[in-house]
Amino acid sequence: MNNVILKIADTSRKIRRLIIEMLSLAGSGHPGGSLSSVEIIASLYFHIMRHNPSNPLWEDRDRFILSKGHCCPTLYAALAISGYFSQEELKTLRRLGSILQGHSDRLQTPGVEMSTGSLGQGLSCACGMALGGKLSQKDFFVFCLLGDGETQEGQIWEAAMSASHYKLDNLISFLDYNKLQIDGRVSDIMNIEPLVDKWRAFGWEVMEIDGHNIEEIISCVDRAKKIKDKPKMIIAHTIKGKGVSFMEGRVEWHGVAPTKEEAERALKELG
Amino acid sequence: MEQEATRDAYGKVLVELGRQNPDIVVLDADTSSSTRTNWFAKEFPDRFFNFGVAEANMIGYAAGLALAGKIPFVSSFAVFGSIRPYEQIRTSICWPNLNVKIVLTHAGISVGEDGASHQAIEDIAAMRVLPNMSVIVPGDSNETRRVIFACCEHKGPVYIRLGRAKFPLLPDVEFKIGKARIVKEGKDISLIACGLMVFEALKAAEMLDRDGISARVINMPTIKPIDREAIILAAKETKGIITAEEHSIIGGLGSAVCEVLAEEKPAIVKRIGIQDVFGTSGKPEELMSYFKVDARAIYEEAIKILNFEC
Repeated sequence: MNNVILKIADTSRKIRRLIIEMLSLAGSGHPGGSLSSVEIIASLYFHIMRHNPSNPLWEDRDRFILSKGHCCPTLYAALAISGYFSQEELKTLRRLGSILQGHSDRLQTPGVEMSTGSLGQGLSCACGMALGGKLSQKDFFVFCLLGDGETQEGQIWEAAMSASHYKLDNLISFLDYNKLQIDGRVSDIMNIEPLVDKWRAFGWEVMEIDGHNIEEIISCVDRAKKIKDKPKMIIAHTIKGKGVSFMEGRVEWHGVAPTKEEAERALKELG
Repeated sequence: MEQEATRDAYGKVLVELGRQNPDIVVLDADTSSSTRTNWFAKEFPDRFFNFGVAEANMIGYAAGLALAGKIPFVSSFAVFGSIRPYEQIRTSICWPNLNVKIVLTHAGISVGEDGASHQAIEDIAAMRVLPNMSVIVPGDSNETRRVIFACCEHKGPVYIRLGRAKFPLLPDVEFKIGKARIVKEGKDISLIACGLMVFEALKAAEMLDRDGISARVINMPTIKPIDREAIILAAKETKGIITAEEHSIIGGLGSAVCEVLAEEKPAIVKRIGIQDVFGTSGKPEELMSYFKVDARAIYEEAIKILNFEC
């Protein structure tokens, strides 16, 4: 297990480097939330999920929906390292003709399950996939990653209500709780607390973890998989901009790409 | 004359489809007894999902189910299933080009007494502008049946617009997505209609016939992709065109026809439809006369065009 965790930690470092490099080259994008979700996505793609990069549409694969679609650089990096496409492609992020769109597009990128970017919609889709899996008697899991600001959308709560109504125990969602959104602190803009109570009241099994602790992420998903008859929400406390000192906890880095100099500083820190 | 509401035909054909294809799933948002999806629910309770009054979420589920290999038919009233979750349809269905069939009933003013909140007059315009989306308004019950079967075969998102009111049946002929059909030949003027306005156009053609005017009646069930040839031919072979729809004159069938003509064969066109106002309560037939969306209105406009021409 220790080796597994060390390996994912190293991959996470690699993903962070790729995020900085591709955003800096693209000249635009969302570093803050991309960096806060790295360990979650790395744990999913490099340990938790059953998937096959040489057969992206394998019927029995586990599915992942990035509901917070603006953080697609993290997903793109994980997909490239997995082998869905060449790491060279990462350099084309957000360019005309690139397979890597500014927000994830399932028709362009191998391995991207659903087109997202308009917040609040991914969870409903993940629910539909989970329901479809049950109807077809498949045993795959559907994983979803929500942003915290995203849960201000009413559709999230429609989905929350329906997932427990349909007892979607093959649905495991993370909430990347980095506590910042474009305009400021989530608690100032539109408070989403008490988060645990809310999801619990909607019929979900709720767990809280440190979203940068790989061991916690893995053991939490292991536990979640065993809980029957209800959907699972893992509230992952994270730091926006995690890994780059001058980005950590700073709202200005929600949607601004680092300059060449800033990128160099960040890469130096990441090692 | 035999009458049936297009929603009733939908309810029946869904059950048939359900028996043939185990991948058909049906989604509704607390309107199943009105959209008739409850008939499917009764026979296939495991493949029917009611979302309560939450249309946006229902659209997201449809996307997910389509991605899991199912063929979702999503139903509600035309207002609540189209423009209420509009951006969800755009971003979660049309952009990823998913195989979801959105079949909405209670379209137009023929909803009647429920009034403006429940009378969709802007849904065709809204759906038509979405890339990847096809838009179909069947002319009667027979055509509804054929449309549903054809759309089930078609891969990709489709919007099908149905009505609440019972209406007379037209001759049951073949349907192909994107193809108009001439239901009555004529050489003086062309009446292009969809939905229950096809029947009104036929009535108007009879009235014109009594005045010695020969009107061609074209049933144009597919608003997108529209049958450009049929429109161009009508412009070439007759002296003017009248479009008729139970929808705003902005953005619907009338606009689609004008777009083709403006680029290909400019012609005199008059659009019969709702004149950029909201609906109101009343009996369906009262409303059609009040809003001038009926055979009489078509007839009068035809006379005006022909007088102008002569």
